[in-house]
Amino acid sequence: MPAPHASRQQIEVYRFSVPAAFGLPLLALLLQAFLPVRAPFFAIFDLPLLITIYFAVGRRNQITGLLTGGIIGLLQDSLTHQPIGLYGIAKTVVGYAASSLGVKLDVDNPGTRLLMTFGFYLSHQAIYFGVARGLAGEALSWRWGHEVIGGAANALLALVLFVVLDKFRQRA
Amino acid sequence: MENIISRHRNLTVLAVVLFAQVLGLAFQVHKTTSRGADRLIRVWAVSAMTPFEKAVVHTTSWAADAWNGYFYLRNVSRQNQQLREEIQRLRLEQVRMAEDARQARRLQVLLGFKEQFISQTLPAQVISTTGSEFSRGIYIDKGARDGIKPDMPVITADGIVGKVLRVYPTSALVLEISDPSSGAGVILEKSRLQGILKGSAGGGTSVANIMADEKAEPGERVLTSGGDRVYPKGMMVGTVSKVTSAGTFLNVEVKPAARLDRLEEVLVITKVVEMAPDASELSGPARAIDILTERLPSVPAPNPADKSAVPPTTAELAAREKQAAREAAAAAAAAKPEAGTSAAPKPNPPVPAMQGAGEGARGTPTKPAVKKPAPPRPAERTNPSTKEPPR
Repeated sequence: MPAPHASRQQIEVYRFSVPAAFGLPLLALLLQAFLPVRAPFFAIFDLPLLITIYFAVGRRNQITGLLTGGIIGLLQDSLTHQPIGLYGIAKTVVGYAASSLGVKLDVDNPGTRLLMTFGFYLSHQAIYFGVARGLAGEALSWRWGHEVIGGAANALLALVLFVVLDKFRQRA
Repeated sequence: MENIISRHRNLTVLAVVLFAQVLGLAFQVHKTTSRGADRLIRVWAVSAMTPFEKAVVHTTSWAADAWNGYFYLRNVSRQNQQLREEIQRLRLEQVRMAEDARQARRLQVLLGFKEQFISQTLPAQVISTTGSEFSRGIYIDKGARDGIKPDMPVITADGIVGKVLRVYPTSALVLEISDPSSGAGVILEKSRLQGILKGSAGGGTSVANIMADEKAEPGERVLTSGGDRVYPKGMMVGTVSKVTSAGTFLNVEVKPAARLDRLEEVLVITKVVEMAPDASELSGPARAIDILTERLPSVPAPNPADKSAVPPTTAELAAREKQAAREAAAAAAAAKPEAGTSAAPKPNPPVPAMQGAGEGARGTPTKPAVKKPAPPRPAERTNPSTKEPPR
């Protein structure tokens, strides 16, 4: 049941073709791992997170959102040297929250996308940090400045990336 | 109960998925090695990604090589000239350093030191990173099939990079020295302070466990100490960039010599041999003074059984001279009647005092001039010209 203030466009539910649903997350993981070799500044971006947010708010289904986030997170974990599950837990929560938010907000608005991505990035980093420190005992330190800059950079990238990804979605 | 679950189905699924992941996480943290299901997931994920990454890296490398090698040849002539000058400079430096190295190895032989020699390396290309700011590592295009094993050190020409952490069939994960979970035994070159190089969350590196009353200065070089049994001793790590006091210990920040954020090709040290320097390896270009020393005559050690070898005293010499003079006078008197018919014979010269001291003393080398690999000078050698000033 959509929120009363939501317009018809806001409650539009989208789906993605099978190649896009599998190919885009894999491409994001590939680029996330490869691009920092040539362009070190790219390490500040989190493409898998942006894909998770985009798919979650587009499908507007909480279970699909959390499963998408969980699988992408686990795959991202498997490329690191840290225990598998850190990114998985963080992206599961973000996927669930993004799909919940997608039901209530006009997520096609650039301003909403900017703020939403910024907020989800900080939440994602905070969850990762908490789980890594608290459960896995990893020696990490929270850096407010770095995380805020990272959030802003990812939000700006999301503005461009989401417009490109809009071409892959189909009305359900 | 069933009604509650079905009413909050989405939240229930979220809780189940999170619980499963936390359980898996706890299981992994409890284990010390990666051998179970997580290992399987990692192998699958890395094996799926590696072919694409290799293809991209090799294609871009090939294109860049083709462009730089065949088309973009601007400034090549000037670069060539600069490189020639650099070679000349390095040659001169090499001569100086080779002499220092030989001297150092002589001392090592004397002291019985054991050195670690890098006997085998394997070049590898960096194909990707871990894709995470919280995990500072790189993937290389060599794996178990190429002989890569965990804990092998990875270096560049500039300095150390890290060590192999996980090995997959065709790739390997290298943990960089800037990762918070990494550690390397290091020593500061001048002050000889030893510590552990640790990474930080921000990607920096610093040396831990140096007491605050010690002194370290920015600019000082940091080398591997060999104490961690991973990196061979004496390899370049970086330079001290900042020193601050943090309570009991110093916080010595180090700027890595290798550009960790721009790695393209690395060397994996696949074999390290520990051995004492061999004295026979020390034979290099002989110094002029050593050759001269070998060829100059020397006085052999006196043989107690050979009386002639004992130098006469001054009194004996005087007596011998008198005896010779008397014999000459007697001979002259005996030959006087025939003096008019022939020229007076010259008196025999006095017998050289050292004549019996040995033929060897007359310009014949006492031993062949074979250059031995710079052994310590024998104690019996008495030629003052052979004595070297202490270095």
